[in-house]
Amino acid sequence: MQLPEAEDLLTVLTARIRQGISADTAVVGIHTGGVWLAERLHRDLQLALPLGALDVSFYRDDFGQIGLHPQIRPSDIPFKVEGSHIILVDDVLYTGRTIRAAINELFDYGRPASIRLAALIDRGGRELPIAAQYIGATLDVPPAKMLALEKKADGKLGLSLYDKRQGNE
Amino acid sequence: MNIAIRNGRVIDPKNSFDRVTDIYIQSGKIASLGAVPPGFEARREINAQGLIVCPGLVDLSARLREPGLEYKATLESEMGAAVAGGVTSLACPPDTDPVLDEPGLVEMLKYRARSRNQTRVYPIGALTRGLKGEWLTEMAELHSAGCVAFGQSDKPLPNNRVLMQAMQYASTFGFCLWLRPQDVNLADGGVAHDGEVATRLGLAAIPVCAETVALSHIILMAKETGARVHLCRISSSEGVAMTRAARKQGLPITCDVAAHHVHLSEMDIGFFDSNCHLVPPLRSLGDRDVLRTGLLDGTIDAICSDHAPVDEDAKLLPFAEAEAGATGLELLLPLTLKWAAETKLPLVAALSKITGEPARILGVEGGHLTPGGDADLCIFDPDHYWTIEASTLKSQGKNTPFLGWELQGKVKYTLINGNVVYVD
Amino acid sequence: MSNNPQLNKSGQLQHLLTTEGLPASILLNILDTAEPFVGVTERDVKKVPLLRGKSIFNLFFEPSTRTRTTFEIAAKRLSADVINLNIAASSQSKGETLLDTVNNLSAMHADMFVVRHAQSGAAHLIAQHVRSDIHVINAGDGRHAHPTQALLDMFTIRRCKRDFHNLRVAIVGDILHSRVARSQIHALTTLGVPEVRVIAPKTLLPAKVERLGVHVYHDMAKGLKDVDVLMMLRLQNERMLSARLPSTEEYFKYYGLTPEKLALAKPDAIVLHPGPMNRGVEIDSVVADGKQSVILPQVTFGIAVRMAVMSILAGS
Repeated sequence: MQLPEAEDLLTVLTARIRQGISADTAVVGIHTGGVWLAERLHRDLQLALPLGALDVSFYRDDFGQIGLHPQIRPSDIPFKVEGSHIILVDDVLYTGRTIRAAINELFDYGRPASIRLAALIDRGGRELPIAAQYIGATLDVPPAKMLALEKKADGKLGLSLYDKRQGNE
Repeated sequence: MNIAIRNGRVIDPKNSFDRVTDIYIQSGKIASLGAVPPGFEARREINAQGLIVCPGLVDLSARLREPGLEYKATLESEMGAAVAGGVTSLACPPDTDPVLDEPGLVEMLKYRARSRNQTRVYPIGALTRGLKGEWLTEMAELHSAGCVAFGQSDKPLPNNRVLMQAMQYASTFGFCLWLRPQDVNLADGGVAHDGEVATRLGLAAIPVCAETVALSHIILMAKETGARVHLCRISSSEGVAMTRAARKQGLPITCDVAAHHVHLSEMDIGFFDSNCHLVPPLRSLGDRDVLRTGLLDGTIDAICSDHAPVDEDAKLLPFAEAEAGATGLELLLPLTLKWAAETKLPLVAALSKITGEPARILGVEGGHLTPGGDADLCIFDPDHYWTIEASTLKSQGKNTPFLGWELQGKVKYTLINGNVVYVD
Repeated sequence: MSNNPQLNKSGQLQHLLTTEGLPASILLNILDTAEPFVGVTERDVKKVPLLRGKSIFNLFFEPSTRTRTTFEIAAKRLSADVINLNIAASSQSKGETLLDTVNNLSAMHADMFVVRHAQSGAAHLIAQHVRSDIHVINAGDGRHAHPTQALLDMFTIRRCKRDFHNLRVAIVGDILHSRVARSQIHALTTLGVPEVRVIAPKTLLPAKVERLGVHVYHDMAKGLKDVDVLMMLRLQNERMLSARLPSTEEYFKYYGLTPEKLALAKPDAIVLHPGPMNRGVEIDSVVADGKQSVILPQVTFGIAVRMAVMSILAGS
């Protein structure tokens, strides 16, 4: 299947977000793809508050089934969450469970004034009442496939499609 | 009853006999080997083709746990284990409750054992009252009651003067002292050999010198008093060397080793296997190899089971708190055969360590197949493999480091006094 | 040695009983997992919902407020329910056996047991007999093992020294009676530390200790030379009552860590101690509170490492 160019989508996404930011807006990326996007957004939007990163492994709801993810990175929220306006950034919005975990984790740092959600791709398939304010594109992806953001050698971002069990398509 | 045992391979170490032949049993005695006695009419025939017929085994240490410790085992259960193991004579240590320090207790035990018409039980009397190591028991009285020797079992004798006087007194009457060499203080609190495994597992250790220091005292005092001494459960290579040297000097010293020490080492403790909590402790592989050498060159006269059935609860504890000991009556034969196979030792030599030799140490009849002697026999299948499991053991104690091992050699018939007391 | 009682059929950690026999990958995974937990303990809400609804029983057959507390904090920061049982004071004195106690608690739907016992092998025994869905963490068994202490030491060393492969580490003190030392030695050698030394008088060294992969020294001046990491051990007071040592004063003079002795190690050497310290016996206050001491960070990291172990076990 034909995948859109991630860099093009990011340009669209950046433009959409640009209209909604103010001096007290912070971006927080969700590991791993979300952090790459958040880094770019943070740079391009020239945000004043430092960039945040979340690894939601400790908040996931599938711990009981699959245990702890390997290679957990520390979450890092280097600004005061209390009263801040946060844009949470993820690469692909799907079931909504990761976002649920991320919101829960953010609240353990303090009570933000607002949280908005930005995602490069919305592939539908929601299992929780979660919606994004900013979307690069919507895309129909078969349930058996996994859509992932990757960072190429030149630092450019790209999308790849995988079978849920096997390797690259 | 007249019994004919046909076509078995008859091995009698004491008479250096090893040949396929028939044995005829009449009035509880061995009537003849090979030739039919005049007028003999067999009431029962045992086909021993492919089987080995040897003297009933003589075990120098088997705890029957009576009196007093019936929750671990009973006379009935352990006598059943003895005959299932081909053991027709056994010496039982005095560590019962109460200890065997009074003639009445010894007579009662002898009576209760005899009334079962099974394995002959030879009690070892307590050397000191209550095994406390303070006052000597009435050895002469105990001897009349049936004690064949005197010892402390695993209770140490903390005072050398008591040991010295015990030797003097016992030698007055010509009694033999059965002593397990272990220095009280050096062994105090220890549960495993002072080596790599105890270090790794953090177990309190018993150094080799706990054995050798005590052994040197025993040897020096035996030399001075002329007492006869039987050394029980030697465990270390240094201990074997000292025993060899003492015997070379002509001292009247004999020596045994437990069957598990012939096969196992500290390594078998693995991850705290409480079945390997034994006294003396399993020592290094090097020690085990020297014990085997000692058996071959005669420094060690006999292999015993050191049978100590322990109730399950007492083993389901952290290693150090678990009660020491292993069940062994039914393993004495297969473990001896395994040793023989591994060292390529002729069966006639191997079987002497559990028949003729221990009988000589006990000073009792038996342990041979000389015509005219009591018909105590063990008939076993040397090719029968069996797995040691709780369900394959008759003993009430199921505790043995060999659980799960496949061993070769199984008793098929045991005869005592010419009666078939066990059939597999 | 037969199959490892700490691993499940798919090779994952089922129990943490000792650092011995575990592959370096498992030890490193624990250290890596502990890193993000350090961040959690520095937040306003020092808690993650990972083990919500799990019951962790602290079974302390030997009293130890300090160790029990660190496990309790770790479990609570993972949102588990913690039940503390000081068993030395209750059922054991009524004749209930160790396994009776454990079976009773299993029936209360325990998910994890944290076990401290005075006898070597107690945690192994419990692990052997619990239901297969229960995890056991050894919080110290006799002289045998104290794996979480050793792992927090490894975590501290890695934080300070980055890599294990070029280190010279000395463990000083009562090796004979120390479960901490045994677990440290196995962890260090597994993680690739090329030279582990033990320094002690002969009365405090177990037989054949060199078979554990360490170099033996009796003299601090020689043993501390060019060392990167010094791991001090606590000297139990009761050792003084036996014939093992003549006096605390003489011990301090020859084996206590003073600034002068520390100067023999590398200038950037770090000093660890599992606590509680005997100041003036095994360590001089000047060293304990000095800039080379990482004794307080050890305590902080201890929580994160125990959180990591609990999460990895609960998720296996």
